[in-house]
Parts: sequence; C-alpha cells; structure tokens
Amino acid sequence: MERSQLLRQVAHQRQTLFDEGLLDEQFVQLEELQDRTNPNFVEEIVTTYYQDTSRLILNIEQELERRPLDYGRLDGYMYQFKGSSTSFGAKKVKAECSLFREYCRAGNGEGCMRTFQQLNREYATLKRKLEAYFQLARQARLTETASRPG
Amino acid sequence: MFGKGASSSKSMEIIGSEKKISVLIVDDDPIIRKIHSALLSKFTKEIQEVKNGKEAVDLCRSGASFDIIFIDKEMPIMNGLEATKELRAMGVNSTIVGVTSCDLSSERNDFIAAGQNQCYEKPLTIEKIKSLLSELNKNN
Repeated sequence: MERSQLLRQVAHQRQTLFDEGLLDEQFVQLEELQDRTNPNFVEEIVTTYYQDTSRLILNIEQELERRPLDYGRLDGYMYQFKGSSTSFGAKKVKAECSLFREYCRAGNGEGCMRTFQQLNREYATLKRKLEAYFQLARQARLTETASRPG
Repeated sequence: MFGKGASSSKSMEIIGSEKKISVLIVDDDPIIRKIHSALLSKFTKEIQEVKNGKEAVDLCRSGASFDIIFIDKEMPIMNGLEATKELRAMGVNSTIVGVTSCDLSSERNDFIAAGQNQCYEKPLTIEKIKSLLSELNKNN
C-alpha cells in the first residue's frame, strides 16, 4: 500500500477511536510520551492493561457466582479496574466501571451483572480496535524506516 | 499521527538545566508506575519506583533520599497516608505529593494532615508536573 494512503488510514482509524467515544484525552497524553527512545510506549501500556485486567475480570466473574454477593469485594475489584482504565483513556470501559460501582453501593445484584456484561463487551471491542490500530501503525512505521535513505 | 510529542528541553528548563531532581513513584498499579515514570523521565532521569508504602518507607530508611515522592493513596500493605505519616516521623523532608483516583476535594484534608505538600487526581499529566515544579522553584 502506498505510504501516504497508509498514513491516512492510520490517522482515520485513530480518530474513529475518539469519535466513537472509546478513548479520551488521557490517550493523547500517553501519545505525547511516545518518542524515538520509547516508540512503542502506548502499545506497551495497553498490553500491560489487558494482561492486568484479565486477572481482575476472572476475580469479578468468580465473585458474581457467590451467594450472597459480597458488594464490598466487588467494589474493590472494580475500583482497581476503573483506575487502570482511566489511566490510558478507556472512556467507555471506565463509564461501565463507574456504573457497576454505583450498583454495588446500591446493593443491586441484577444491575451489577447486567453492567458487567456490557463492560465485557466494551472491553473486547476496545481490545479488537486497538489491536487493529496498532498493527496498522506498526506497518506505517516500517514503511517510514524502509523509505529513509541508507 | 502519534501525537505532538513533548519537548524534553522545554521540560528541563522548568527545573533548571543543572539541578537534578530525584523522584520516587509509589503505586501498586504497574500501569500507573509505567505512565508516571515515562512522564517524569521528560523532566529527570533520577527515578525509582516501588509498589507500596512499606517499600517506600524501607527505601528511605535504608538511606535513599528524594526531592519528590509521588505517593498513591490506595495501596496494599501500607497505604499512602500511613506511609506519609511514617516518612514525616522519620524526618523525611522530601516534597510528598499524594496521587489518588478518589474524589480529591474530600481527601485533601486527609492528605495535608498526614504531611503531604500537594495532591493530584490520577493520572498525572505533563501540565500537572510542570505546575508542581514551577511551584517548587518559586518556593526555593
């Protein structure tokens, strides 16, 4: 693919992530920390996030199977989840975390379970779209290296 | 495509090119540690990280000293407020900056009472660091 076309596609995919409300300004802050000495910084953060939060998701799933529900424990897990999601700008996931915590505080088990399902959907969608974006961005960086004079 | 990119030379001007600021990042979240470390590396190369309040206290007790300690509030083993009290009781004079994901206004008094100089909502940003360092420069 022609380089300029590739760059346009990368920019478009990036903008879509913001337009669809998946990411917020915090993601831009992370992009500003990326430079030649740290060229994969954002992708590394996102990878660490998905590794870390997969453990939390498992813990929450297990907790949601217990009866009665331990809302304090659930809220504790979700507090961590929200913190990590906020740190890289995962806007929709963060919103679902907040909603889940409200249901915990209200002792609303149904609300918790419904919200957790929605959270999982948003989480998976974001992962898929970010992976596609990073892959395209890596391709664009390779064409940049290839086109530099030797 | 990847964002504007912060200029390290502009950031270094804020703290004065000759003075080396040493910072300690105290947070149980590895993502936050990574982000704050990358952020602070625009301003200084002297950065250390620990996972909780007890590790921070042990590090200072062993003789390490820092200009600024960024300390998370919620951590296992020893939280930010407890660690701050302990550090101050040990005679640590570093600037201690609380960092929290909770509602800051309700926690500000707790932070100041524990001995912190400043507190911010997580995550830190380049602007927050710049404003903190400018304030420190003014006070010095």
